[in-house]
Amino acid sequence: MATEEMQRPLDAEQPAVAPERIKAERAYVAPQWKLMYWRFRKHKLAVASVFVLAIFYFAVVFAEFVAPYDPEVFSTRYTLAPPTRIHIVDSQGQVRLPFVYGVKRERDPVTLRPLFVEDTSSIHPVRLFVPGTPYKLWGIIPAEVRLFGIDAPPEEQMVFLVGADRLGRDLFSRIVFGARISLTLGLVGVLLSLVFGIILGGISGYYGGVVDNIVQRVIEFIRSIPSIPLWMGLSAALPPNWPVIWVYFGITVILSLIGWTGLARVVRGRFLALREEDFVLAARLVGSSEMRIILRHMVPSFLSYIIATLTLAVPGMILAETGLSFIGLGLRAPAISWGVLLQEAQNLRSVALAPWVLAPGLAVVTSILAFNFLGDGLRDAADPYAR
Amino acid sequence: MLQYILRRVVLMIPTLFVISLISFAIIQLPPGDFLSSYVATLRQQGEDIDAAQLAVLEEQYGLNQPIHVQYWKWISGILLRGDWGRSFEWGKPVSELIWDRIGVTMLISVLTLLLSWVIAIPAGVYAATHQYSFLDYFMSFISFAALGTPSFLVALIFLWIALAFFGVNISGLYSEEFVSAPWSMAKFLNMLSHIWLPVVILALDNTAAVIRTLRANLLDELNKPYVETARAKGLRETALIWKYPVRVALNPFFSTVGWTLAALVSGETLVSVVLSYQTSGPMLLRALTSQDMYLAGSFILLLSTLTVIGTLISDILLAWADPRIRMEG
Repeated sequence: MATEEMQRPLDAEQPAVAPERIKAERAYVAPQWKLMYWRFRKHKLAVASVFVLAIFYFAVVFAEFVAPYDPEVFSTRYTLAPPTRIHIVDSQGQVRLPFVYGVKRERDPVTLRPLFVEDTSSIHPVRLFVPGTPYKLWGIIPAEVRLFGIDAPPEEQMVFLVGADRLGRDLFSRIVFGARISLTLGLVGVLLSLVFGIILGGISGYYGGVVDNIVQRVIEFIRSIPSIPLWMGLSAALPPNWPVIWVYFGITVILSLIGWTGLARVVRGRFLALREEDFVLAARLVGSSEMRIILRHMVPSFLSYIIATLTLAVPGMILAETGLSFIGLGLRAPAISWGVLLQEAQNLRSVALAPWVLAPGLAVVTSILAFNFLGDGLRDAADPYAR
Repeated sequence: MLQYILRRVVLMIPTLFVISLISFAIIQLPPGDFLSSYVATLRQQGEDIDAAQLAVLEEQYGLNQPIHVQYWKWISGILLRGDWGRSFEWGKPVSELIWDRIGVTMLISVLTLLLSWVIAIPAGVYAATHQYSFLDYFMSFISFAALGTPSFLVALIFLWIALAFFGVNISGLYSEEFVSAPWSMAKFLNMLSHIWLPVVILALDNTAAVIRTLRANLLDELNKPYVETARAKGLRETALIWKYPVRVALNPFFSTVGWTLAALVSGETLVSVVLSYQTSGPMLLRALTSQDMYLAGSFILLLSTLTVIGTLISDILLAWADPRIRMEG
């Protein structure tokens, strides 16, 4: 209180210097998390990534609400239909709220390719929170309000944000539902790797000596053999008649069996560095137990590093799942993941005819970049006392 | 030096043993033994296998014996007789099928490694010495884009662009007339004219990673007093940078070249599935989906073994170039 009162007149006299001083003084008394937050805020791309990922995970949680249609509903009328164009100027040149025209399917008289022609006489406004086909949120809560949509029932007219697939299903809805598997599998896989990594890396770094040597050799071994052939072999052994949820966890376990090595190295490195710190020695001298030293003194000081490393490990998991599902050894239809959706793009004719089947790839790239930037920002913020 | 090599070779043996165990486990993973599925396939095709031949095969692979005997029969067959087992889908011994495919995979991986270094080292040095310049930002941007895009997706996009805008199909490692031809100079040259595509696609990722890490490492080095000292003594800037800090900053890459090689072999399998190249990837995938387990297991065993041997070779070269490593062992 007293300092604030003293600074106010100072502010008025020297406005150019004073804010700097206030900032410096605030930094002395700020708790660690606040320092981290200030440091993190400077990394603009990381901050932007937080918002991107927040949107993605909102879609993961409320997929039924965000997706305008049921991901399984198909109609041959819309086979490989292009993204519906959303207009704000109608054919009379009048500006109005966003709307779509009714779309009719015709055939090109020469090439016999399907053509989708806009019918300017029927206008469907695009609205937020429209009642759509009824659904059950998380399979339990019955509801019918969707994030956006048009007033017409899907049998009459559909709106495709990114187009439709070969069976005429709405690709945007499928990407939203695919996120549910692809984005959570990355998190679950990383958490599982963390358990392996903390246990083995921690043991290795804390005890050192022979134990450390063995764990290090195992890590080197795992990193020196090509992972994808191994993943392929292991996931091909998952029984094909397993339900989706089992395959999901099977793949996660397989990915983390190899993925824990990077985390273990970071944990070990931190442990080795911290073991020599004075405060650990002090704790030992006053007679703290080993467990208490690890949990109460060491873990809090490298927690931020672990979180940053975890974030940077998520993209690898997402990539691995996408790759495996893409070649048909990971999750399989009817499960919907981004890799499964990209399988469609294996057919080059589809891609040439309908480039939007590559759209799930865009979702993959966006989420990977977001996780990378976020991890970068977190790593910078992890040690706010540095520099 | 000789002692160092010997020690590394001896250390490699347990690694290879574990690799063989894992490959054997993968062979054994699918339910039922491969012989019964082989008989089932034959029956489906209307053929029949006579009991005597079946008994010979059963004896050869020790199928009714405990698992460690089976493992021994399998691994001793490979080591002593070069017998990798039979591919039931192709009706040929595995050894006739895999060598040229494995060879091409390794060739692609090594070329990729070299290409990515040739591009990334000058680029990384430039980025670090010209920090916050336009090119530095530009390379950061490209690196992030490359790191964010899975290489199989890049391969797909290449295929699509070639087909949609140029009307050519660029999949396949050989031109049509060479696909089933025996190896010859013409076939090899033909392959070289196609091989740049997977090399470029795979190199993107690694180049991006090397540029980013090299830039960070080199920036740390450039602030150290010895650089200042050298500058004060009047050394020319280019000579100074390339001779001291760059070499220090590059060290971690050369010492983990084995991991990079493993990652490249890994990526190659996926990319060649997309590009339908006649390399390990597609054949391994097919073998796995049709449960042709001896073929699949051999691929995994060989790819891993060759990667480990590649690491060994690079380690030896490194020890030859850098006496410190020889001392540390």
